[in-house]
Amino acid sequence: MKRTLIRAGAVTPAWRMSLRRIHALVLRHTYLLSKSWPRLVSMTYYPTVTMVLWAFVTQYLAPTNDFLRDAPGFFIGAVLLWDVLFRGQLGVSLTFFEELYARNLGNLFVSPLRPWELIAGQLTMSVIRTLIGVGGATLFAWLLFEYSLFKLGFPLLAFFVNLLITGWAIGLMVSGMVLRWGLGAEELAWAAIFLLAPVSGVYYPIGVLPDWLQTMAAGVPASYVFEGMRAVLIHGRFEFELFWTALAINAVYLLLGCLAYFAALRYAREHGMLLQMGE
Amino acid sequence: MSPEHAIEVRGLAKRYGTLEAVRGIDFSVRRGTTTALLGGNGAGKTTTLSMLLGVLLPSAGEIHILGEDMRRHRYRVLPRMNFTSPYVDLPKRLTVRENLKVYAGLYGVPDTRGRIAELAGELDLDALLPRPYGDLSAGQRTRVSLAKALLNRPEVLLLDEPTASLDPDVGDRMRSLLENYQRRTGATMLLATHNMGEVERMCDDVIMLRAGQVVDQGSPEALAERYGHDNMEAVFLDIARREDRGVQA
Repeated sequence: MKRTLIRAGAVTPAWRMSLRRIHALVLRHTYLLSKSWPRLVSMTYYPTVTMVLWAFVTQYLAPTNDFLRDAPGFFIGAVLLWDVLFRGQLGVSLTFFEELYARNLGNLFVSPLRPWELIAGQLTMSVIRTLIGVGGATLFAWLLFEYSLFKLGFPLLAFFVNLLITGWAIGLMVSGMVLRWGLGAEELAWAAIFLLAPVSGVYYPIGVLPDWLQTMAAGVPASYVFEGMRAVLIHGRFEFELFWTALAINAVYLLLGCLAYFAALRYAREHGMLLQMGE
Repeated sequence: MSPEHAIEVRGLAKRYGTLEAVRGIDFSVRRGTTTALLGGNGAGKTTTLSMLLGVLLPSAGEIHILGEDMRRHRYRVLPRMNFTSPYVDLPKRLTVRENLKVYAGLYGVPDTRGRIAELAGELDLDALLPRPYGDLSAGQRTRVSLAKALLNRPEVLLLDEPTASLDPDVGDRMRSLLENYQRRTGATMLLATHNMGEVERMCDDVIMLRAGQVVDQGSPEALAERYGHDNMEAVFLDIARREDRGVQA
């Protein structure tokens, strides 16, 4: 009997195979997004509606408020940047949840896809989802209120990167919790980020917080980002120290997020949950 | 590790607290053969398959597949094996073609388009390729899942109840497809099943599990002769109901 065994991809370098697997995962989720208009609409809907509300608040207060007269885009910029953090986190966790909803996790984990490649795919989808969601709201801010987020210039990129990384870290932790406790913990994906809101100083300086909350805010990268945003809008100055501090804290949080995710994955492998998880 | 064996398991055990789901089992699967894992519900078949796939960590023991230690070099082996089960789905909103493209990417399949066309021809999937997976019947889904499992031309194929929920006609076609694949490629297949007709038709060897232990092992013919029956159904019932029988393997 003739027996031929052909090994797929046997001569391809490992890094190219990794990229191909990450690409496959991203392809899977872009297919899903491209054929689900409710998913696309919901990504843009929330940030746009929030932006519109704050834009009207600005229009109402600006005539009697010196600060808003000088920095009319303050609230709109703040709400759009806050949504970078929110979408960044949701992008990571929802990409993971989609695999649970589809009962596809078993197939993924018996494939050659490594856990870090799964994370890379989730992070890539987070960028795509954030650009769609915040991009849509940014476009509406320009069309409806002639406000361009891009007026922030180069600092916008620095703010975007830092907020996205914070979102990734939280998204990975939430994914780990859902892996550990099942879809019952799904609500965390929507609620977790709002724990940070009061100490992030999105709409007010950290200085207005009580001392104990200021101490907490010092450990939240978003608080440095929004302080930095105010420095740009009010003083026209980019504070590098705030940027680097946020980036350093983010590096720690991202590492913790990855560790939590890997620990949850190991727990799931020890308890046989990967082939069973789903709706 | 013997080169004639595609799968070798030594002292494999899985405990969940005080529950021993698998109790230090040993078995080997010869290359190019089809072996059945048989046993009643809770015998440890799915737990064993899950440990072979690496999605469940053993409490003790060793697994070697294609000569590689699965604990250390799982990712060297996974591109050379595959798995299908009616209990694990593919994304329902994606079309069959999209699903196969995604998994071809995950398994690093060269010439994705050609391989999908080839499998579509073999498994009669051409008309299904543009349809969402979620719109398919159980039989059609099983064929698509099998196509996913054959995408990377696996040398080792693990099958968890591959024909469960299929009507006899579709089940028969599935078995023919698997037999053809094995004839052409010399792949090794290990299947967990409750279908004794399937075992008699497809399997060279049978591993009987009960309460997490291997209670007997041999070809269907040898087992039938040993237990004095003329079919695997009777052998299965005989073994499954001997509560106090010792390990005979």
